[in-house]
Amino acid sequence: MPLIETKDGPDWRRRTTKHEFMVWLSWLIGLSIVMYAWHLISEKTVWFFVEDAGRQAIDIGTRMVPPKFSYMEKLWWPIWDTINIATLGTVIALVIAVPVAFAAARNTTPHTLVRACALFVIVSSRSVNSLIWALMLVFIFGPGVLAGTIAIGLRSIGFCAKLLYEAIEEIDQSQVEAIEATGASGAQQILFGIVPQVLPTFAGVGVFRWDINIRESTILGLVGAGGIGLQLNGSINTLAWTQVSMILLVILATVIVSEWVSAKVRHAII
Amino acid sequence: MTDQAAPVYPGTWKRPPLIKSPLLRWSIILGAAIYLATALGTMDINWGRVAEGLPRGERFLAAFFPPNFADNRGVVWDGIQESIWMALISTVAGIIMSIPIGLGAARNLAPRWIYLFNRAIIAGSRTFPEVILAIFAVKLFGFGPFAGFVALAIGTIGFYAKLLAEDIENMSEEQAEAIKATGANWFQWINYAIQPQVMPRMIGLSVYRLDINFRESAVVGIVGGGGIGATLNTAFDRYEFDTAAAILLVIIAIVMVLEYLSSYLRKWVQ
Repeated sequence: MPLIETKDGPDWRRRTTKHEFMVWLSWLIGLSIVMYAWHLISEKTVWFFVEDAGRQAIDIGTRMVPPKFSYMEKLWWPIWDTINIATLGTVIALVIAVPVAFAAARNTTPHTLVRACALFVIVSSRSVNSLIWALMLVFIFGPGVLAGTIAIGLRSIGFCAKLLYEAIEEIDQSQVEAIEATGASGAQQILFGIVPQVLPTFAGVGVFRWDINIRESTILGLVGAGGIGLQLNGSINTLAWTQVSMILLVILATVIVSEWVSAKVRHAII
Repeated sequence: MTDQAAPVYPGTWKRPPLIKSPLLRWSIILGAAIYLATALGTMDINWGRVAEGLPRGERFLAAFFPPNFADNRGVVWDGIQESIWMALISTVAGIIMSIPIGLGAARNLAPRWIYLFNRAIIAGSRTFPEVILAIFAVKLFGFGPFAGFVALAIGTIGFYAKLLAEDIENMSEEQAEAIKATGANWFQWINYAIQPQVMPRMIGLSVYRLDINFRESAVVGIVGGGGIGATLNTAFDRYEFDTAAAILLVIIAIVMVLEYLSSYLRKWVQ
């Protein structure tokens, strides 16, 4: 903390004048960038629609109540599909993520080149959203649950492998050394030295991703990849707002239940 | 002493199982098996369509290569820019809105009814994926980046306010008490006791959220929310897969840069 001598005596400041100036300058630059971004976005906006939004919201809101509860009987099947997409997608992702994670962890990778490839797999799987994966897979597998399941799987590989390889890198190396001292082969070292250490993380990551996947699989239907999103899209397109609100309620309930289950399971594991 | 038998060691060794109780273990395994069987059994997969689609998929993948950066460069560049600006201002706006909500959702700061009200806002915004928020934003605000901006900003609240509230709940009480003892008013108390404690983590999280918002901006475009997603969707609809491949590569590259940047910044702040 600088002390500035003035003629009225010493004056305490939090920062030096130079530091203060730098802080103000970075605020100025940050604010100007945000203002510029706002300017660009607002140029592409039809402000008439935005001004009208309040009225629209009230209009749609009134059309949405009361939710059409009788529609529920047509939703059981899609919700079952949605849960299956999430669960099977997570299983696929975990199966693929394990070798990728071992290839990506610094202490188990066979070669730096393999590690670079594994890291690229992780990043590309993480940066492409499941909806985009689904969009592509619907071209290949046709509309339906299969495209959605594989999309969720591909999307989740990166997430699971990333958390898993970080856990592998953070293991206690002395346990592996102890196994090595018994004369175990490389595979045995991994199986008995590393796997028991990362198994709880593995289970935790799987359940955590499953919870996220339930949320993501509710929208895959928008591009035709199965699940409750199909009904949501259909209802929105036919302006059946009471069905839309019913579907949103069902999604809300499913997400809350899955979050509860995942919290319970993770609590039990860790 | 001599007639005492040598201790008998077991000749084989078995790894202890992850779940100790055998009943629980076997019921989990059995339950998982039954679930998998029913899930796979009820999945409506049209294998004929899949077999038909695989060669098509091959052609589809072949159409991706080589990625075409040249032909639609202007459009892609515009889309990317729009996405970046959209992600930026929605992060800023989301964080500005998150601060009061996060303060209200911290149990140690807010009275009970404010706490419950703010927690409800957070839960609502967390439940629905950005894409569903974007569908409604497009209905209300019309097509374009403004709708995407609103959807991403609302999505940011659920993420940021929740983590902010949790961080405030975990802060050290002593510092807060010390500031209170100096006779500080409420705003001074927040500014000098709580803000410095949560700031480092929150800066890291805001960069992380910027990264998420950029990735999500690629999908809100599919439902009409502007940004690179709109460009990507158009490329798919026009069967210009080489352009789509170029867009995906650009997205992956930007996400990699953002991820590197955010990990660097987080290290620097902490």
